[in-house]
Amino acid sequence: MELANIEKLLEKYQNAETSITEEKELKNYFTSDNVAPHLVEYQVLFGYFSTSKNERFTKTIQLNSQKRNWKWLSVAASVVLLVSVYTGYENNQKREAERIYQETKVAFDMLSNNLNKGTVAIAQLQHFENTKNKIFKQPKK
Amino acid sequence: MKQSEFLKTVMPFKDKVFRVAKRLLVSTEEAEDATQELYFKLWKNKGKLKNYKSIEAFAMTMTKNYCFDRLKSKQASNLKLVHSNYKEKDTSLDRRVELNDSVSKVHELIENLPEQQKLIIQLRDVEEYEFDEIAKMLNLKPTAIRVTLSRARKTIREQLLKQHNYGVS
Repeated sequence: MELANIEKLLEKYQNAETSITEEKELKNYFTSDNVAPHLVEYQVLFGYFSTSKNERFTKTIQLNSQKRNWKWLSVAASVVLLVSVYTGYENNQKREAERIYQETKVAFDMLSNNLNKGTVAIAQLQHFENTKNKIFKQPKK
Repeated sequence: MKQSEFLKTVMPFKDKVFRVAKRLLVSTEEAEDATQELYFKLWKNKGKLKNYKSIEAFAMTMTKNYCFDRLKSKQASNLKLVHSNYKEKDTSLDRRVELNDSVSKVHELIENLPEQQKLIIQLRDVEEYEFDEIAKMLNLKPTAIRVTLSRARKTIREQLLKQHNYGVS
């Protein structure tokens, strides 16, 4: 390709008037080895464009988003939370019942002990009553 | 649309989507996420795809919108993209030095362009789309595309000349 032609194309290129084929010509020229010395700075530019086009997306694309997974995870987490709260509540309830049972038992024990003390005293009272009956005549009914 | 048919229509331009996203978002990881997200969106809207004349142009429009949204939200949350954070991991030192010398300079020049110019340079000079196609993707008139492109190309040339002259003198 003639140098004059390239210079003309470059001028057009700056004004964004080149077609795709003309730009391809420029790219070809500047990626070749015999570039005119006064145009060397363009070599870097067009070289850069060519190498940029070779960059590839290497990861695999997932069409099922990870977001939905997150949603399910949160559902699962809330279920776990509910269950654990429920069982915790249940356990707590059981422990509470046990505690109340123990307390009642203690209370009943105390009551029965004191009751027995009372019956001993009453038995003594009965003795007193008997003695009194012996001494005093009973009124006839 | 079945999955195989869908893949046949959308897979050919996945690299283009990725490169455009990378041009706008700078980092490879971000661009990968964007590509993944975009294909998921396409898959969800697979029923509507038939209504579009060019699915590729439609996908490019979506990519552009998605990337601009990402950039906006990043600015809003004060998370600025700093170029140095996104150096490629696997380039060896001597390769990096070599790159710094020439190619990455061009990369940097393009990176410093305004978003719209960056995008149009990518679509025209790298992906080699026709002006009509780009106009459809960006919802602009072809003349407006030409003006923007010319501006971008001139800026790049000026900067390159400046650096070249520094190198010589």
